[in-house]
Amino acid sequence: MAAGTSKPAGRAAKANRKGQARLLQGNEAASLGALAAGCNFFAGYPITPASEITEYMSREMPVRGNPFIQMEDEIASIGACVGASLAGRKAMTATSGPGFSLMQENLGYAMIAETPLVVVNVMRGGPSTGLPTNVAQGDVQQARWGTHGDHPAIVFCPSSVSECFELMVRAFNTAERFRTPVIFLADETVAHLREKVILPAEGDLEVIDRRRPTVPPDWYVPYKTDGSLIPRLADLGEGYRYHVTGLVHDERGFPTRRPDEVEPFYARLFGKISRHFDDLMLTKEYSLDDAEIVLISYGCTARSCRAAVRLGRERGIKLGLLQLLTLWPFPRQAVEAALTGRKAALVPELNMGQISREVKRVNDGRTQVIRHSKMDGTMITPEEILGRMREVA
Amino acid sequence: MASSKKKETPKAKAPEMERMEVRLAGSGGQGLILAGLVLAEAAGLHDGRAVAMGQSYGPEARGGASKAEVIIADQDIDYPLATRVDMFLALTQEAADTYSWDLKPGGWIVVDSDLVSHPPSSRAVALPFTATARDKLGKPMVANVVALGAITELTGVVSRKALEKALLARVPKGTEALNKKALAAGTKMAKDYAASGQLAGQEPTSEDV
Repeated sequence: MAAGTSKPAGRAAKANRKGQARLLQGNEAASLGALAAGCNFFAGYPITPASEITEYMSREMPVRGNPFIQMEDEIASIGACVGASLAGRKAMTATSGPGFSLMQENLGYAMIAETPLVVVNVMRGGPSTGLPTNVAQGDVQQARWGTHGDHPAIVFCPSSVSECFELMVRAFNTAERFRTPVIFLADETVAHLREKVILPAEGDLEVIDRRRPTVPPDWYVPYKTDGSLIPRLADLGEGYRYHVTGLVHDERGFPTRRPDEVEPFYARLFGKISRHFDDLMLTKEYSLDDAEIVLISYGCTARSCRAAVRLGRERGIKLGLLQLLTLWPFPRQAVEAALTGRKAALVPELNMGQISREVKRVNDGRTQVIRHSKMDGTMITPEEILGRMREVA
Repeated sequence: MASSKKKETPKAKAPEMERMEVRLAGSGGQGLILAGLVLAEAAGLHDGRAVAMGQSYGPEARGGASKAEVIIADQDIDYPLATRVDMFLALTQEAADTYSWDLKPGGWIVVDSDLVSHPPSSRAVALPFTATARDKLGKPMVANVVALGAITELTGVVSRKALEKALLARVPKGTEALNKKALAAGTKMAKDYAASGQLAGQEPTSEDV
């Protein structure tokens, strides 16, 4: 860790200290958020529309005395992050759909080995190579269920440049706090959007680090936990020896099939996150209090919705917006409250209804939920949303 | 939003602006993303407005259509892309054809007179950006800066002072003099065009928008 503690001297740090307005791209703000949260390892393989993150980290990591590795592919990229994280680093990789698909196997490995790391997926049109330079929101369910086996997932989704920074800091803090991989799910529009932002100074941010063992190496039982359900993680190479595996393991980290050990393992894997749902499920409200029709949206589409709310109200349509910043765990309580007492709910998104199906699931007869899908490689415009109002108003 | 009125207001003091959408389009390598960045930084960091800039390009490694959109406003910008373009700059025929379908009626259309043989409208202002950069400044690569100077002079979308500050902060060291010359050439080109009377009946009026 000696190298990692060297004084930050990069361009990013210099600009950040001043706390002045800057024109930043979403990908740049996400990179700055990672650095502010203490990211000190990056491995990746450039891909549109996430390349700017890899590019930015390739400049900033060496300046700070930290490793940047361009790997041979995305499988190796997340593999390097898992290894680095177990060795005590705060690791991140960044990719888009094709690379995110390749990462799914090791994402599951990180999940079961309880390895904190952040995976950025900037969504573009898919499947396969799809529409490399166009916007889409087609990986929402993949981010939840892409890796096999039942597992919890934490996915944050920004809709502005400043949210790229804030949610990235939160992604790292969440990964470290819960010892779990966290997915930062942006889209091409937000990642490439440039906006004027004033970032908080690095000293003003809350930065959470994983809990490390306080016992001597001989007493360390790697997966034994106190009431928190989150085991303490020792840095590999510091004298604490333990076994890391993708198999379901006992407290000592060795494979087990005993039902009396398997059941508590899964209960802990889910429980460590589900008991903190309240801290994880982030939403924002726009003009929701007196809204007759509620829009529920996320990412770049939430921006279309904000404009639709403004324009709709100018024309006498009482619209409101619930913006989801956390997609998984799905912010059920906020969505339930937003649906209650409305004439209708419209869920605009750049896929065939990946979040609208979740909204319908929690709706439970409260109101009429209508999906608004668009699959042409461009953003939904505010007028397109207002065009649906004839059906619902 | 009457752009023509802004031209008359003193440049030092930024006039009220509801929402101004600028689209810069051409081919990859013409420096339109950089031009967008300079415009966005001029408006956002030096004129003190809210600003959002989107970019779009094709999957080609080089060449291909390239587009930057800069939204400038005094209030918070919700929808960050262009919906009705107030100012459209096209530096290739393909860009002029592809990106002119959602312009604001009466909005500005400015094209490179050598590279765009068929402007999307008879109202289009055709100016020799690339020819001037190549023949008078000796560097065809500064055509984007010449164009920036011209469209700023025509529309007053950012103050001249802010534009120059933003430009000089962005360009590589050692090219400041060249870029200032390019900017001045663009400004002069637009002034001459306006003085020639060709703008009569072409400037957007409040009735148009």
